[in-house]
Amino acid sequence: MKALIETIVTPLVDFPEDIKVTETEEEAKIVYHLTVNQQDVGKVIGKNGRIAKAIRTVVYAAKSDAKKRIYLDIM
Amino acid sequence: MRQITASGQTVDEAVQSALEQLNTTRDQVEVEVIDEGKKGLLGVFGSKRAIVKVTILKNPIEEAEKYLKEVIRNMGVEAEITGSIEGNHITFDVTGEKIALLIGKRGQTLNALQYLTHLVINKDKKQYYTVTVDAEGYRARRKETLETLAIRMAEKALHLQKVVELEPMPAYERKIIHSVLQTRDDVSTYSDGVEPHRHIVIKP
Repeated sequence: MKALIETIVTPLVDFPEDIKVTETEEEAKIVYHLTVNQQDVGKVIGKNGRIAKAIRTVVYAAKSDAKKRIYLDIM
Repeated sequence: MRQITASGQTVDEAVQSALEQLNTTRDQVEVEVIDEGKKGLLGVFGSKRAIVKVTILKNPIEEAEKYLKEVIRNMGVEAEITGSIEGNHITFDVTGEKIALLIGKRGQTLNALQYLTHLVINKDKKQYYTVTVDAEGYRARRKETLETLAIRMAEKALHLQKVVELEPMPAYERKIIHSVLQTRDDVSTYSDGVEPHRHIVIKP
């Protein structure tokens, strides 16, 4: 799942080395927290969050091994 | 190596030499002439060699196909992708198992993939491409569904003599409905609302 998020985001940003994805497991869901370079924030959120929404749609569609809900937190 | 500076008697020769060193062809590079060079007297005195800077261009289409492939693989789906270009429009056709997962409800996952691929392709902005990502003929099937829906909803509007609002759809899906009902003079269509809630309204 982490690999998927990184694959999606890497070509979108100017500073791929600053991409960080952390995973926190909670009771009912797994939260993935995505951070990018300050200058790239707009590139992963987009106008009206359009890019963020597309990223989430793809991530949520991917099947995961765990049976928990997945939540993607951006910045 | 993506970029090289080369010299030669003439600009052409310099470019040729750079292409050989980069092991590529003229149509895959961008050439910047730094010095045009001078012939000089009798080709000996005061002659200056031509200097060019040659950069290999990234092929955005290959990049995009690789991107799409990687993303789909990381989603845990085995699929084949074939890309085709027509002018500045690129179509990627995805085939394989578990394709329903890639399409999603009303094609929302497919649309998200399409949008992300579009972003990757147009990142450098050298040339603008439009992208369609299709899966097992989904777009064609969807078009048919929308055409039937358009006609049915037009009948409903006429029958009730009331405006009928459809659910929000992306621009190219709205376009399909508009064009189906355009030729009819008993109903008119327009779009209302702001993206991403923009939807069609059919008026008798």
